[in-house]
Amino acid sequence: MNPQLLWLIPILPFAGFLLNGTIGRKLPRALVATIALLLTAAPALIVAQLWLFMKSAGAPLALSVVSRPWIAVSGFQVNFAFTVDHLTLIMLGIITGVGFLIHIYSVGYMAHEEGYWRFFAYLNLFMFFMLVLVLASSFLLLFVGWEGVGLASYLLIGFYFTKDSAANAGKKAFIVNRIGDFGFLLAMFLLVAHYGTLDFNTIFASIAASPLTGGIFTAIALLLVLGATGKSAQIPLYIWLPDAMEGPTPVSALIHAATMVTAGIYMVARCHVLFDHSPAALTVVACIGAATALMAATIGLVQHDIKRVLAYSTVSQLGYMFLACGVGAYSAGIFHLMTHAFFKGLLFLAAGSVIHALSGEQDMRNMGGLRKRIPITFWTMSAGVFAICGIIPFAGFYSKDEILYQTFISPNPLHLLLWFVGLLTAGLTSFYMFRLWFKTFFGAPRFDEHHGTSQAPDLHANQLAAVHASKTSTLVLEAEPEPSHALAHAVHESPWIMTLPLIILAILSLIGGWVGIPAALGGHNEFEHFLAPVFASAAPAAEASSHGLEITLAAISLLTAALGFFIAYLFYYRKPGTAAALAAKYRPIYSLLDHKYWVDEIYGRFLITPLLVISRLLLNGLIDGGIIQGTGAGLGASARGGGWLVRSIQSGNIRSYAGWLAAGAAVVIAIVLFGHHGLPH
Amino acid sequence: MVPIAYYLVLAAVLFCIGIAAFLIKRNVITIFMSIELMLNAVNLTFVAFAHMWHQVSGQIFVFFVMVVAAAEAAVGLAIIIALFRVRQTLNVDQVDLLKN
Repeated sequence: MNPQLLWLIPILPFAGFLLNGTIGRKLPRALVATIALLLTAAPALIVAQLWLFMKSAGAPLALSVVSRPWIAVSGFQVNFAFTVDHLTLIMLGIITGVGFLIHIYSVGYMAHEEGYWRFFAYLNLFMFFMLVLVLASSFLLLFVGWEGVGLASYLLIGFYFTKDSAANAGKKAFIVNRIGDFGFLLAMFLLVAHYGTLDFNTIFASIAASPLTGGIFTAIALLLVLGATGKSAQIPLYIWLPDAMEGPTPVSALIHAATMVTAGIYMVARCHVLFDHSPAALTVVACIGAATALMAATIGLVQHDIKRVLAYSTVSQLGYMFLACGVGAYSAGIFHLMTHAFFKGLLFLAAGSVIHALSGEQDMRNMGGLRKRIPITFWTMSAGVFAICGIIPFAGFYSKDEILYQTFISPNPLHLLLWFVGLLTAGLTSFYMFRLWFKTFFGAPRFDEHHGTSQAPDLHANQLAAVHASKTSTLVLEAEPEPSHALAHAVHESPWIMTLPLIILAILSLIGGWVGIPAALGGHNEFEHFLAPVFASAAPAAEASSHGLEITLAAISLLTAALGFFIAYLFYYRKPGTAAALAAKYRPIYSLLDHKYWVDEIYGRFLITPLLVISRLLLNGLIDGGIIQGTGAGLGASARGGGWLVRSIQSGNIRSYAGWLAAGAAVVIAIVLFGHHGLPH
Repeated sequence: MVPIAYYLVLAAVLFCIGIAAFLIKRNVITIFMSIELMLNAVNLTFVAFAHMWHQVSGQIFVFFVMVVAAAEAAVGLAIIIALFRVRQTLNVDQVDLLKN
């Protein structure tokens, strides 16, 4: 296969961005959607072909393509260069495959929205940068994609930019990511300083040959981790992701669940050689992952907004992936990344379908009993819920179990603690996901049916709707006016263009994990073998040692998930009042969780406020206002003063001019006559 | 034979009178005449030196100056008439619209 085809993979979505971004405003909606879909489907086809090629016998382990030099200065050179190895291949498959499905879904979901062309232009722009990110074969090109997806994410979170909360959420995401990017940049500087290049292969080869020891090396790894925590929403930089739910739901599915937020995990896996030589950094990664998983899961227990629950569960699942990378089980992390892309993309899309059905309602307190009303959404979402909770044989079971098992047997001194945290999180995950499931689809309907049934809205119905709208907007934390065609039709199943991606993703959520069935459960763990060439140096030893242990651990985690299910069943189906009673009984704990541990407030008080004060007083007031503006104003004032002084000479009086002329002539003559005495001849 | 210095001193005196008149007088026609006076002072030095060195070029130069002065007088007088029509005055102190 011609490696030059690799260039086409990112360029095609970029062409879609250019087309829709420039002339899309004037095109009919159908054409805009066609352009976006075709230019997303084409890379997917190329990736499929690439996949076949790489799987075929005798294929090289990596396929590379290099352009002319991009940056060439003495002693340092960076090219536009793409490399596809098995890790990249999996990422490419996820991005183009899930991305294409979400594009299809968006055609239906965004059908009634303003800015249709803008949405698809941004979405294609995101695809372009994400593909560059995973294809890049150097840190610098990866960074280009890294920043680009941040930009696309910012644009799409703030898609409803007329709404303050959406604009603020976009800014928050961008600024918080900037902190992570700062770490990434510093890491790149250190790499250039010590290795003179940013090319992955060169750096990893020299690390493997003679690892740098000491603080610098750990510093590089930790700075990369900082970058990853920003992009992948881990402690301490996870705060932007829940707010990012202000964007349209397909965006949440594509960017903030399936692909972009996994960039940090991808980067850590890509740099596994570096991390393998820095056990301290790996321990940090594992601890961050476990802590984030647990913390986000506990916050997710008490959220009422359906998308917020999913957002915190995304943070939590990303924590799992971090944990996997931290214990050196990179392929388990990537495996979970893949299954998570399936089931979390599915969950978001299904949540979008629920929101669509209820004409914009996001609060689970106003849902309920939807099982019969929107059956396709119900069944597909059930597949997603079962998958994320790790119910056998859904995809999440295998990947999560692999992570827990690898954590348990890892040589890390904290491994038992990490494993226990992971297990606890699994139980919590099961609880809050089934809570969502029960609250949304079971029980009595809690939404206002008048909302929908008024086919020909008279004055009374309009008033009612207005009252209802104002009520919900105060009730719901982030009421987004997303499908704003509200109030016109009843609770309805979504059109086929939205349910089709749901069904495909539901099937993937079911069978997606079967490629990684561990040997202990009678499989071959093909996924790990597939990635083995990439992570060759990191191959964990104890493979065949303990099938019994692995089965035991799987049983334990399955039991934990079942326990979570049972409690949720008890709380939200059997005796719906139990949760509220518990919340009232343990008021402080509930309040702590409800306020997300006050992390936003703590950051605001201790980081943002001092920064703002320093910026306003010192940087803006003193340096910008005082020194920079002062310099400009001083120069202007001195020029004006000088002008005022010499202006009186130009009186317009001819005789005064003649006088100056004569005086000047006299001076010249005097110099000619007497001046030469002072000059050397 | 009259020494050259006499001519030069006379020319210098005439030139200075011209300058002084140019600076002091307000009437634009008088100023114009003082310019002619300065030109003629210069002409006198040309002629004097031409006589001293027995060279004809200095005398030819004087003719050129006279021709140019005549042309200048024509243009200058036309400007003065135009000025008088607009401003109804010949006082240069009142013709200062180009200042600032």
